[in-house]
Amino acid sequence: MGVRVGRITRVSGPVVIAKGVRGARMYELARVGEEELVGEVVELRGNLAIIQVYEDTSGLRPGEGVKLSGKPLSIELGPGLIGGIFDGIGRPLTLIAKEGGAFIKRGVSLPTLPRHRKWNFKPKVKAGDKVREGDLIGEVIETPSVTHRVMVPPGVKGRIVEVVKEGAYTVEDVVAIVSNGTKKMEIHMRQVWPVREPRPYKVKLDPKVPLITGIRNIDLLFPVAKGGTAAIIGGFGTGKTVIQQQLAKWSDAKVIVYIGCGERGNEMTEVLTTFPKLRDPKSGRPLMERTILIANTSNMPVAAREASIYTGVTIAEYYRDMGYDVALMADSTSRWAEALREISGRLGEVPGEEGYPPYLADRLAEFYERAGRVICLGSEDRRGSVTIVGAVSPPGGDLSEPVTQSTLKVVGTFWALDKALAEQRHFPAISWLTSYSLYADSLGTWYAREISPEWPILRRRIQEVLRKEAELLEIARLIGIDALPDRDKLLLFFGKMLREDLLMQDSFHPIDTYSEPRKTLLIARIIMKFYDEAFKMLSEGVPLEKITSPKIRSMISKLRYLPTLKVEDEVSRIEKLITRFSMKGEGTYESQI
Amino acid sequence: MKVKFRLQKYYRTVREVKGPLLIVEKVKEVGYGEVVKVLDPSGRERMGTVIDVAEDFAVVQVLEGTSELDVDHTTVSFYGDTYKIPMSDDVLGRVLDGLGRPNDEGPPIEPLDYMDVNGLPINPVSRDYPKEFIETGISAIDGMNTISRGQKIALFTGSGLPHNLLTSQIARQARAGDEEDFAVVLATMGVTSDEARFFREELEGRGALHRSVLIINLADDPPIERLMTPRVALTIAEYLAFELGIHVLVLLTDMLNYAGALREISAARGEVPSRRGYPGYLYTDLATLYERCGRIKGLKGSITLIPVVTMPNDDVTYPVVDLTGYITEGQIYLDRGLHQKGIYPPINVLPSLSRLMKEAAKYTRRDHMYLSNQLYAAYAEAQYIRSLSLVVGEEALTPRDRKYLSFGEAFERKFVNQGPYERRSLDETLELGWELLAEYLPEEELTRIPPEILEEYYPKRKRE
Repeated sequence: MGVRVGRITRVSGPVVIAKGVRGARMYELARVGEEELVGEVVELRGNLAIIQVYEDTSGLRPGEGVKLSGKPLSIELGPGLIGGIFDGIGRPLTLIAKEGGAFIKRGVSLPTLPRHRKWNFKPKVKAGDKVREGDLIGEVIETPSVTHRVMVPPGVKGRIVEVVKEGAYTVEDVVAIVSNGTKKMEIHMRQVWPVREPRPYKVKLDPKVPLITGIRNIDLLFPVAKGGTAAIIGGFGTGKTVIQQQLAKWSDAKVIVYIGCGERGNEMTEVLTTFPKLRDPKSGRPLMERTILIANTSNMPVAAREASIYTGVTIAEYYRDMGYDVALMADSTSRWAEALREISGRLGEVPGEEGYPPYLADRLAEFYERAGRVICLGSEDRRGSVTIVGAVSPPGGDLSEPVTQSTLKVVGTFWALDKALAEQRHFPAISWLTSYSLYADSLGTWYAREISPEWPILRRRIQEVLRKEAELLEIARLIGIDALPDRDKLLLFFGKMLREDLLMQDSFHPIDTYSEPRKTLLIARIIMKFYDEAFKMLSEGVPLEKITSPKIRSMISKLRYLPTLKVEDEVSRIEKLITRFSMKGEGTYESQI
Repeated sequence: MKVKFRLQKYYRTVREVKGPLLIVEKVKEVGYGEVVKVLDPSGRERMGTVIDVAEDFAVVQVLEGTSELDVDHTTVSFYGDTYKIPMSDDVLGRVLDGLGRPNDEGPPIEPLDYMDVNGLPINPVSRDYPKEFIETGISAIDGMNTISRGQKIALFTGSGLPHNLLTSQIARQARAGDEEDFAVVLATMGVTSDEARFFREELEGRGALHRSVLIINLADDPPIERLMTPRVALTIAEYLAFELGIHVLVLLTDMLNYAGALREISAARGEVPSRRGYPGYLYTDLATLYERCGRIKGLKGSITLIPVVTMPNDDVTYPVVDLTGYITEGQIYLDRGLHQKGIYPPINVLPSLSRLMKEAAKYTRRDHMYLSNQLYAAYAEAQYIRSLSLVVGEEALTPRDRKYLSFGEAFERKFVNQGPYERRSLDETLELGWELLAEYLPEEELTRIPPEILEEYYPKRKRE
């Protein structure tokens, strides 16, 4: 179906109604008005097509033309995505700034991928090879961190008739021709995929491998699996964005897709200025070499905000199909839901709770469902994953609101940010009492195997101490700490230690910002070792003040600022100190140094 | 208002007048967002904009109210362009009304340019991260919640608190770099004429008006005009900052009244409300205003924004307050308890936060961040001990606790408290902080300050 033309009959904010387009289809891409603003058909009523427009509609008039392309809203996929920053419908913001200046004007039509840039394509097949969808055709070094695998697009199958020699090609050059006997198909480095449609894979696998985030609270207590889903939920000032950025910086994914959806422009600027300077702890390469940014900040058109998460997740799936682990951060899904609500309101749909459309929960579920660890298409056994981490900004911090509730129904990990913790400047302010992870048990097996058998046990014990501490603090608030028995006071001492020396993490400190699992384990283990010995001593009659002497506490509290290797040494010193003291059962730590 | 574009056809086809809205029939070639001139039966002119347009009718929101409009004699004409205001550096030193028209004795503004009040979004790629600092001369802000140039930070207040005095004090005292490179745009929305006169006298009488623009929308002006007021203010700020290279501080008071106007028009349009009757797009609408501040790579000026929001019944979860908190980069809280104690400005530093303080403090003094952290921690401890002493009684407190209690008192009375016409330089503020620490707290309590900083700045040592 080719291009068909109609004309505008009504303009109401981002919603435009067009008349006289034959055979308009849902989600078809439209060009609206003389300036050819980008839009999408979202509803059909008789011969009227209702279009949401991704750009400001000021000045648009009834009577102007509307072109329907016959194609759904799609994104170009290929080398050149990584390191780039795109708007909600995939237009390159850097190029837009270069061509149009600091302010974003309307009607810009620029392709997602650079057209003139040449990539060094290295073929991996030869003429005569049989290929099917997902098979590798060739490789391109997209950045020193990511090798781009050029694949046979979904739906294509046959024999390679022709393949180019290794050399420099643009994304539009034909790199191979596949024939299925009747038809010849050209293969480019560029694929086009409709954003609202999940990309296909062979089999979905159980998420059994953790996404290592370097955040101790998350890795130890509330882990998320590669291919899993997580939600960060918290009111303003609780640090959602800092956690999202920390995840984007340090997660052990191969590719990061970061969607700034209806949030501050300065936050994108921050990512753009800091990421090129930071280095991936694994590869040592600048973080920007594995990061793709989608920016639809709060002052950019609202309809494009609705599209931005689909654009982001389609890109994520594309890199997953190459066999990579991809982590996607969406900050914030609440703003996305608000965009949905605004469009729905303009369409005059019957509202559900708080004015959100009744299909809010379905749309959210569909989005999170695009996460997963899969066996990719193709003859070789490639595995890839998309992990989705969404931020939710509940109005007034009220968790009963629809976006929060609909999100909690579908995600596997819930990081609840606590306003009280944030006000005490305890960061990350992830509450250990209300957060949960449904992956904890299955990932515990991985941690027990790969890091230490103690990991799941420590996790359980630490949660227990923190839970008891919270109970005791409640009681202490009523009767005063002094009225508690020594056993309880000792437990409070360790609760504080776990909170301040293990769970607290300074994202601005060059070392503390990232804690590898080994370091997390060492700190957790030494605190719990101290805990065991301390209770033993208390039962043997050693006075509380001696046990809780500041010496060991201050040594432990410095651990988080040390690199892992130093932590190893320091921990064995502390361990010796505790054991020696415990065996003697008297004196002070100071006297034994 | 001078408009550079030609008038189009006149229509006398008003079908309906509903709240602030006018429905005009049989219109041709009308664009969405276009400016409209409405002539009432007595010949008075009003401005409006098109907020919905179809082939044969247009919905116009009348910016100056719809009282006395009728369906028989009201005439409507369309300008064929969006709302633009004339602009030049003549605008400095002027008092304008809520739609950006001169409202003082001065001449009309000679336009060098016309600017669309809705502005355009800044490309995130072209943004420069806020940095350097704006000195307000107020210790609780400069010392504890330093504001970066290009930052947006809200002032949360309650009814009966002295936010007007504080707003005018900031407007009078603020500085960023050289005097000639700095300007203030102060816009009021829905204030009483007493308050408006106060702002004008404060700026004019104290010689700050020449580097300011005062935009006044009064409580008895049509509420709908309020929707334009912050847009006019920000458009002027964009011109000053990005065309003339000036550092601009924009103060908008009170955003609660602005949101009220938004709610009113939304209700008149019959839209589905979300929380407390506000439209679902309140966040987006506020963000399109607040996000207009910032810096742009390669340009000299900056726009810093302080929206003032009243918390109804001191409720921070109220939609307008809450959504503002989500968009701004921090907030400054006025506290009823401190106000009742006689502290001015009654800024409670504990819930206040400038998220970009780190960026600002890079350009101040090397001890600034540490000192601020230490004062914050000590004051938080003092507050905790205060609440504890309410339960256990002051007798049960240790000598250390008592020191903290006196520190807390002194911090409020000497550091936070200052005269409404007292301008403290940052150095004075920081010295005051050091003196408080030295006077009330022993050195071993100063755990947030590294030894080398203590060595250099701690007054006791300096004296030795």
